[in-house]
Amino acid sequence: MVELMLTLVLQRLLWSLLVFALVAVVIFVLLELLPGDAATAYLGRTATPARTAQLRERLGLDRPAVVRFAAWTSGVLRGDFGTSLARRAPVATFLWVRLRNSLLLGLLATLISVPLALLLGVLAGLTRDRWPDLLLSLLALFSISLPEFVIGTLLIFSFSLHFTLLPAVTLVDAAAPLAELLPYTVLPTATLTLMLSGYLLSLMRTSIIDALRSEHVQMARLKGLPPLRVLLWHALPGALAPVVTASAMIIAWIIGNLVVVEAVFNYPGIGTLALNAIQDRDLPMVQAIVLVLAGCHLLINLLADLLTLALNPQLRTLRMR
Amino acid sequence: MLGLLFLAVHLLLAALSPLVVPYDPVAFAGGAAFAPPSAAHLFGTDNLGRDVFTRTLLGGRVALLITLAGIGLAVAWGGLLGMVLGLVGGWLDEALMRLVDAMLAIPETIFLLLIAGIVGTDHVVLILALGFLYGVGVIRIARTATLTLVAQDFVLAARARGEHQHTIVLRELLPNVLDMLLVEGALRWSWMLLAFSALSFLGFGVAPPTPDWGVMIAQNRSTFGIAPWATLFPSAAIGSLIIGINLFVGVLAKAIGLDRVDGITV
Repeated sequence: MVELMLTLVLQRLLWSLLVFALVAVVIFVLLELLPGDAATAYLGRTATPARTAQLRERLGLDRPAVVRFAAWTSGVLRGDFGTSLARRAPVATFLWVRLRNSLLLGLLATLISVPLALLLGVLAGLTRDRWPDLLLSLLALFSISLPEFVIGTLLIFSFSLHFTLLPAVTLVDAAAPLAELLPYTVLPTATLTLMLSGYLLSLMRTSIIDALRSEHVQMARLKGLPPLRVLLWHALPGALAPVVTASAMIIAWIIGNLVVVEAVFNYPGIGTLALNAIQDRDLPMVQAIVLVLAGCHLLINLLADLLTLALNPQLRTLRMR
Repeated sequence: MLGLLFLAVHLLLAALSPLVVPYDPVAFAGGAAFAPPSAAHLFGTDNLGRDVFTRTLLGGRVALLITLAGIGLAVAWGGLLGMVLGLVGGWLDEALMRLVDAMLAIPETIFLLLIAGIVGTDHVVLILALGFLYGVGVIRIARTATLTLVAQDFVLAARARGEHQHTIVLRELLPNVLDMLLVEGALRWSWMLLAFSALSFLGFGVAPPTPDWGVMIAQNRSTFGIAPWATLFPSAAIGSLIIGINLFVGVLAKAIGLDRVDGITV
């Protein structure tokens, strides 16, 4: 049994690595397909044939695509993500510290919203179509329907302009110690928590309702087991597995799409780094950010898959695809 | 059917608003900037003294036009390719699905910002970018739905009759996945609208001075304390549209039995 588990885990790991390698290819090809190249994009309207040629040579853009791809990937494998055109320094000097700041937001929002939303989701499922459920479902509907920049703006107005409790925008350096950064994470984290909770709550609600209808739960009930025991022992384990997978997808999506929330609060994360890089048309930076964020996406989904395996032995073979 | 009502009102307003708006959306409305709601300006005026009511009524038109075209494109190409892959299977299916996995790992907002930033914010460019990106997610859904169908008798029978693959896709598979595709399409439409309004908010979607909810919120949110109406009304407009779509999707999903958690795909 342990051997089988190990094989499955290893297999999953290899698949993720394969997809990650594909991501690198896809990003490279995508940037190749865009009109112009890193040099013309960066120089934009200030481009002259001489300046473009000079920058091309410096970036090695005169080499064939295959050679450039090989050079880029071998650099990435050594931790060298190239040089930022706009910031005139190695991409890696900005990348990791900004990723740290973004993951802090993602982690805080996950730690708050997952327990909260799952608990409320179970509550909604149990009180189906009665007022706690209706209220929670309405809140969830608002949370998934309002754009994050609207939620963020309302929070800024309420907590930093009206009550002046919390800072509206980040005022410390990106590389500040986490302790100094922490006060500035409150409002972005709150925005993310509201966004996440709506989805997670709806998922948990649907899943627990499904589970309560299932035959083995009905059976446990008919046997006359106490309701709490039926819920915790019979309904919840089965209901959690699909929620874990779907939650991971949503969390992974949110981490990849922090741009807007970070922009609203001017938070120095990888999203604002990406936004600035695109505004500066700094393609080497964009390329590195996309790769790293795609890596996070795959890693989160991989972890969820492994967690699902651990949660539910029956799924070990079923969820191979 | 509250959702359908919201949706219908929004679509109707988007179609008819140019005929009924009281002011020029891009010109000063004759009053002061940041004027509070009044009989002359139902939703007040914004930072440039423009009528917020006019701009809110018109502010969904470009977004609706672009996302409706975009989602149509996405469902069409993603749905077709997904059905074909589910039907033919084999190495092509395996290889393309890994490519789909890779595409789905790429952060959507950055992808869109990149296209809009480098290629431009031309409507056609935005439609193609959104249609391409969201189609990738549809491939997986359509393929999964097809896999449950290909083993069924009517598909086997069509194969035994020696029907061409494209006949099987269009005559046998499409009618059976169509309602699912419509629900998924509607759900993805709401995501696309959110993504597009975020693009506009960040300055990469609709270009000012054309009225657009995302742009309006971006321009007026820094003066929220002075003139909350200039931010709140466009926020309510986009919020009610997305709520409408989500309610509608909920009803549709329930009607075709898709409201189970295993059916939810991101």
